[in-house]
Amino acid sequence: MELYLDCAATTKMSRRAIDAMLPYMEEVYGNPSSLYSKGQAAKEALEKARERVAACIGSTAREIYFTSGGSEADNQAIISAAANGAKKDKKHIISTAFEHHAVLHTLKKLEKQGYEVTYLPVGENGIVSVSDVENAIRSDTCLVTVMYANNEIGTIQPIREIGGVCRAKGVTFHTDAVQAAGHIPVDVVKDNIDMLSVSAHKFHGPKGVGALYVRQGVILNSLIEGGAQERGKRAGTENVAGIMGMTAALEDAVSEMDAAGKAIASSRDRLIAGLRSIPYSSLNGDEHKRLPGNVSFCFEGIEGESLLLMLDDLGISASSGSACTSGSLDPSHVLLAIGRVHEVAHGSLRLTTDRPLSDGEIAYTVNSVKGVVERLRAMSPLWHDLENGKRAHIFKEFEK
Amino acid sequence: MALYSEKVMDHFRNPRNVGQIENADGVGEVGNPVCGDIMKIYLKIDGGVITDVKFETFGCGSAIASSSMATELIKGKPLSEALTLTNKAVTEALDGLPAHKLHCSVLAEEAIKAAVKDYYEKNGIAYDPKDFPASCDTCEHCH
Repeated sequence: MELYLDCAATTKMSRRAIDAMLPYMEEVYGNPSSLYSKGQAAKEALEKARERVAACIGSTAREIYFTSGGSEADNQAIISAAANGAKKDKKHIISTAFEHHAVLHTLKKLEKQGYEVTYLPVGENGIVSVSDVENAIRSDTCLVTVMYANNEIGTIQPIREIGGVCRAKGVTFHTDAVQAAGHIPVDVVKDNIDMLSVSAHKFHGPKGVGALYVRQGVILNSLIEGGAQERGKRAGTENVAGIMGMTAALEDAVSEMDAAGKAIASSRDRLIAGLRSIPYSSLNGDEHKRLPGNVSFCFEGIEGESLLLMLDDLGISASSGSACTSGSLDPSHVLLAIGRVHEVAHGSLRLTTDRPLSDGEIAYTVNSVKGVVERLRAMSPLWHDLENGKRAHIFKEFEK
Repeated sequence: MALYSEKVMDHFRNPRNVGQIENADGVGEVGNPVCGDIMKIYLKIDGGVITDVKFETFGCGSAIASSSMATELIKGKPLSEALTLTNKAVTEALDGLPAHKLHCSVLAEEAIKAAVKDYYEKNGIAYDPKDFPASCDTCEHCH
């Protein structure tokens, strides 16, 4: 069986997204900045796409800036808010310990430039507390940036409430919605969001294209200079075909969200229940407040990369927060942030889907993971130490 | 998977000499769970020759493959030869490892040395400490 269970990494493009792109490569290939009709036809499609993307997240077209993806959108939002804060002597930023590196590394860079960043804890359930955000806001806070949903453990943050707190205190609020957009309802107005990042390839659109929403009235600085595209906020000839693909994919994702989301969440819960039958395993992150397609586990006594390689041999594509899969020495900062100790964080597994799995697929996945975990444990000296009492177990034998 | 050579994947998928040896003559364990890799080597020694060797590894694909390859390289060899096994030899026998995985082959070399040292100590055999450099636990790599 072939099972692609790494949709949080990227998704297969939808046929409709591909079909939406082709005319803009083969026929309407003009530069949107050109004045002849081939260029203007592209421009027209681009501006229509802006309206359509805006409609999907409850904003207006003039609040949408197309980017090369989620990382660029995150960088631009944060660097811009920081620069505009500094003009008013506000150089304090609030974020969380488990943001995506597009946010964390940008914040680290700002810290080197003299900004102060508060990284809020996210608790064992992987959810930041609204009152923690509120209490962290100071008179010199220029930005709060909290992800909509976490990319590794799928936990959904109380964005609307955090946005409300920020709005009341007059602090700009950015959210990295790369994992959320197209998967759960996002409404920038109801959610009190000032800036929001999305990435097309997470919802069956093409790679290399994304969008940044910036509420009217919030000042946005450009990151890339060189032209008047995107109203002077993002130079560079627009990726028209990519934008058309993203727009079609987002519309589909949003229109199918209600029905698909419920079915996917139900299959997720069955997969979680199945994996819990593996002794000394534990679900990462809140069981209910999580993305419909995200399942994340830690297993005692094994290492994640071996797990992934063996699952790959069984036809399952998955990911892990193990250090060995990232090339770094430490396991995932997300797993450490929810209090997982290093030895179990190395034994993590993330399975993410974009569709409901059949009972057969769930059974195959559970049996495959179970078999691989048993095989790796059988050759693990760490597991033997746990079994013979030389080391103490970290998890209960069965969580539920 | 292009991350690893065919040789690495073969030793990962079908590791040689996995397991424990009851009443082993020498046992060496290196690494720690915090770092994400532990290797344990069991030796059966007869007349200065490694007559049997088994390993247990908690770690990534290259850690398992490195231990498997290392056990193959020393099985049936005199101790003096086993002590000259380098991480480079393990890596070469595996047709190479990605740069950030080279420490796995270092662990394999150290695990074997630790097992031999254990044998020497258990049997009161004098050895040259220079043959047994500090184990991986003390290196910066492992926090």
